[in-house]
Amino acid sequence: MKAAVVIFPGSNRERDAGRALRDASGHEPHYVWHADHELPRGTDLVVLPGGFSYGDYLRCGAIAGRANIMDAVRAHAARGGLVLGVCNGFQILVESGLLPGVLMRNAQLRFVCKMQHLKVDRADTPFASAYHVGQVIKVAIAHGEGNYVADEDTIDRLEHEGRVAFRYCDADGHVGGSANPNGSLHDIAGIYSAGFNVLGMMPHPENLIDPLVGGTDGRGLFASLVDHFAATAA
Amino acid sequence: MIPNTIAITPQLVAEHGLKPDEYKRILELIGREPTFTELGIFSAMWNEHCSYKSSRLHLKTLPTKAPWVIQGPGENAGVIDIGEGLACVFKMESHNHPSYIEPYQGATTGVGGILRDVFTMGARPVACLNALRFGDPSHPRTRHLVSGVVAGIGGYGNSFGVPTVGGQMGFHTRYDGNILVNAMAVGIAKADEIFYAKATGVGNPIVYLGSKTGRDGIHGATMASAEFDDKSEEKRPTVQVGDPFAEKLLLEACLELMQTGSVIAIQDMGAAGLTCSAVEMGAKGDLGIELDLDKVPCREAGMSAYEMMLSESQERMLMVLDPAKEKQAEAIFVKWGLDFAVIGKTTDTLRFVVKHHGEVMADLPIKELGDEAPLYDRPHVASAPQPTIAPESVAAPLSNEKALLKLIGAPELCSKRWVWEQYDHLILGNTVQAPGGDAAVVRVLDGPKGLALTSDVTPRYCEADPVEGGKQAVAEAWRNITAVGGQPLAITDNLNFGNPERPDAMGQFVGCIRGIGAACTALDFPVVSGNVSLYNETNGRGILPTPTIGGVGLVDDVAECAGVGFGAEGEALLLIGDTAGWLGQSVYLRDICGREEGAPPPVDLAVERRNGDFVRGLIRSGRVRTAHDCSDGGLAVALAEMAMASGIGATLETPPPGLPLHAALFGEDQARYVLAVTPARADAILAEARAAGVPALRIGRSGGDALTLPGERPISVTALRSAHEAWLPDYMAGKAA
Repeated sequence: MKAAVVIFPGSNRERDAGRALRDASGHEPHYVWHADHELPRGTDLVVLPGGFSYGDYLRCGAIAGRANIMDAVRAHAARGGLVLGVCNGFQILVESGLLPGVLMRNAQLRFVCKMQHLKVDRADTPFASAYHVGQVIKVAIAHGEGNYVADEDTIDRLEHEGRVAFRYCDADGHVGGSANPNGSLHDIAGIYSAGFNVLGMMPHPENLIDPLVGGTDGRGLFASLVDHFAATAA
Repeated sequence: MIPNTIAITPQLVAEHGLKPDEYKRILELIGREPTFTELGIFSAMWNEHCSYKSSRLHLKTLPTKAPWVIQGPGENAGVIDIGEGLACVFKMESHNHPSYIEPYQGATTGVGGILRDVFTMGARPVACLNALRFGDPSHPRTRHLVSGVVAGIGGYGNSFGVPTVGGQMGFHTRYDGNILVNAMAVGIAKADEIFYAKATGVGNPIVYLGSKTGRDGIHGATMASAEFDDKSEEKRPTVQVGDPFAEKLLLEACLELMQTGSVIAIQDMGAAGLTCSAVEMGAKGDLGIELDLDKVPCREAGMSAYEMMLSESQERMLMVLDPAKEKQAEAIFVKWGLDFAVIGKTTDTLRFVVKHHGEVMADLPIKELGDEAPLYDRPHVASAPQPTIAPESVAAPLSNEKALLKLIGAPELCSKRWVWEQYDHLILGNTVQAPGGDAAVVRVLDGPKGLALTSDVTPRYCEADPVEGGKQAVAEAWRNITAVGGQPLAITDNLNFGNPERPDAMGQFVGCIRGIGAACTALDFPVVSGNVSLYNETNGRGILPTPTIGGVGLVDDVAECAGVGFGAEGEALLLIGDTAGWLGQSVYLRDICGREEGAPPPVDLAVERRNGDFVRGLIRSGRVRTAHDCSDGGLAVALAEMAMASGIGATLETPPPGLPLHAALFGEDQARYVLAVTPARADAILAEARAAGVPALRIGRSGGDALTLPGERPISVTALRSAHEAWLPDYMAGKAA
């Protein structure tokens, strides 16, 4: 698996993403500068990491969504290439038009960082094959603007097409209510593109790869990707 | 614009915070009347914040050396050796005055400033901590200040990308008009790649990096060197505005630049901005500095030399560069979208010369600006000793069960989750122990080593007895690091006090310093950096003396460190250290009995060391995985915290004997720890303790879903948690007072 992590000014979880990719695949990812026009040749997976690109002084992800490199990312996605956007990366994906909807300020109007449980909605994708549907995983969240909102038609379409990747739940797997940390519609924590090759999610699986640091429930996502490319190559 | 050659009147001198005799000293030093810009430069260099004129004499008494200390006080931050070619760089600094006036921006710039101090030395920041003190919860401004400060600390650290892993927060009416915002940053660098402020070489370029200079923060350091009154809010324009995005770019650009070998000296522009940083670089290197202000990148047109020299605009750095590598350096800064300008050069004149529009605006002797700053031996009186309160003399107004629930739900001891969930404490993926335990533990790179980090002080102890309080602050930091299994290495001190011109406030300062020094010496825990914040006083009333101690320790293997929560049901609970039932200045006496009085618990440093070394040895030998220090609220609160952390209950079967039960439960005797161990190991550990002369008692066992105190109904862990978690969110939502 050849992964490329895009660095925007203000990205700050690029090393976390890099560590998770390295641990899963045994290879250091390429780091790509936002002002570049091309991805490294043969890139399999593009990762847009967490952070505060351009300070998030405009709408989160709005400026990064229009960076030079995003044309290459859109072309990669259009060819069916895989793209993972985490936190600010998810915000950039919706601003760049690769995913629908928008991330609003958290309903309680405060930044929130804590361990959060998610329910896996779909496991037949390159990102989630190591999980099973209905599985409850624990990952970290750390965001001020993770409240997923879209118009009714879009939400209906996402649900109808089974494009919700993860939903916020409690430790027992009960979705919604007080387990929803930010007010997201339908408790959505992450969604897929129509082709299931682009995943945007607010939580940080890259921070849950180590038993000493919270747990290892995030490893599944990276292991799924490694498996996917191993199978493709075979 | 005020012309540079304006006549210097006594009123103008006073407006610059300079006393008549200090002005006389300036006249003697330069042999003429200063220009307006020069007056501004003197006021910036000679205010309390930058010159330490009231504190220097006493700070010199603190122990600052140890074999593992690479750099002690006097640089941007302290540096200690943590082995394998790595160094830990850290410092704590206050941003009290600005945070009271404008809490969000005051707090953000406090965090930004301390992060800059750390990466200026070549270290990548890996953790932040803080210590916050607010006024009484019922004071009309308190809620607003809490909300703004917490959002500001989070807003900066979260965006910059450093985990905020620990801290403390307290409320007391004595902070009503002067809150405390102390921020600590910790970084990791290669031990042989530390960067310093000392300029070398004549004719080398002085380079300005980072954000542009604006009119914000002019005289910020002077504001921080005066007490407040009812008109303090009018000082809002002296508060700077933080830009964590620019700081993140500055970090990456500086670290990249340092790799090129082009940086000769580097100093961040913090308090007193361009003035202080330029003078320090020159003075430390025995060189003169010449600046051409026409080259300074400015945010607005028409700024005067005076304004540029005193601006405290944030996210700026000054460097002396190797001229051969200037182009390479500039390319790095252009890549990161930051300003890069050569604004002057080093000279051999030992003069600090500032030119603007071709005119000399200031020409001053550079060494004397710092070295000849006033130094005061302020009169000080020792605080009156407080009476010792015998445990038998304190009646228990509530059942112990009710008292415990009240204490863990009160502002002092309630859960601060509402605060630390607004801080990204998980970024970088190395947070082995998150906020809420004794010390935070952050893995170093890919491990197995880790840093144990804590910030501590008990202001009510310092008020009652500054010497014992000073000792206790250091001892508690040492104990918190010990309780996770860390080897305490060094501290940074952030000394917050009232007006030093009052002998009683100065006496508190002197007393606390004496206590801190004694504890640092006895515990081999030297001071490597720090900051003094005086004049924390409004309308003649000072804060509680608050010498915050930021402690750093080393864990050999993060997989082996101890935590607060019980590991299993049926573990034996051991209490290490003597219990005398000390209720004087305890939270029990204050919050349950309504009496804020008495002498604080004495700190026996030899006992502290003996007990702590014993506990650390048990953790490091793998025999203890659960340890918690007994501090505020005593044994009962410690047990409740252990139960809440794990979801496992406990029964206190044999409390320390010979005391009224409430004194045994809530007394705040020092040098104590609660350990939970597998029962098979308990007897051997007790025997070992006896042999080492360490008092140890088997007091009960873990298990069940409730905490049971002797003679009381069991309190379910759920009830403990709801009492503990409720107050702060309710208060911030306007539901509690």
